[in-house]
Amino acid sequence: MRINLSSIPVDDQERALQFYTETLGFKKKHDIPMGKHRWITLVSPEDPDGPELCLEPDEHPAVKPFKTALVEDGIPFTSFAVKDIAAEHKRLESLGVRFTQPPVDYGPVTAAVFDDTCGNLIQIAEGRMG
Amino acid sequence: MDELYRAIADPTRRAILDELVDRDGQSLFELCGRLTMKHGIGSSRQAISQHLEVLESAGLVIVEREGRYKFHWFNGEPLSAISERWPAHAHRSAES
Repeated sequence: MRINLSSIPVDDQERALQFYTETLGFKKKHDIPMGKHRWITLVSPEDPDGPELCLEPDEHPAVKPFKTALVEDGIPFTSFAVKDIAAEHKRLESLGVRFTQPPVDYGPVTAAVFDDTCGNLIQIAEGRMG
Repeated sequence: MDELYRAIADPTRRAILDELVDRDGQSLFELCGRLTMKHGIGSSRQAISQHLEVLESAGLVIVEREGRYKFHWFNGEPLSAISERWPAHAHRSAES
């Protein structure tokens, strides 16, 4: 068994697609019409055959209260790995991305948290464990 | 005043204040991460939330909403009541 897909609940698929590709730099892999929504998945250009991230509509009534509660407490539910967190923080801030946590050095890892503009907080982390 | 002394009597609450002095305006998530990774305090978010309520009622932590986020700020003003009550001057020997 392996992990090939993870989903993120977004309030607007088109805006999410723009943010995750243009701002974060992921590449679109699938974009299939599914009734009023689309099946959209992304991959990292550093790992085009790697795990896909699905931009899932957050329509289920349980999802919004869950997202709201996580955002209020600053909790990211998804984390991406970066090679140079200081550079990535600077780059994203210059693009207007709102960070709720600047890079914090925890020892084995340095992590920061930003708002994806689609109702989620995302963590980026630079590890030093190889 | 009792609330103030009770608030700073607890080592976890003192660590929370230390971390807010290090960087003011933190989310609950950031505070919990710092307490775990830097202080080895493995308390639940719920427990830390309760510590924050004690600090807030003592006036040492201010909680501010900013849009959809909630941040915690250090407020040292109540502590000045301690040094006003017991002024911070050094002991001088009566014989000198």
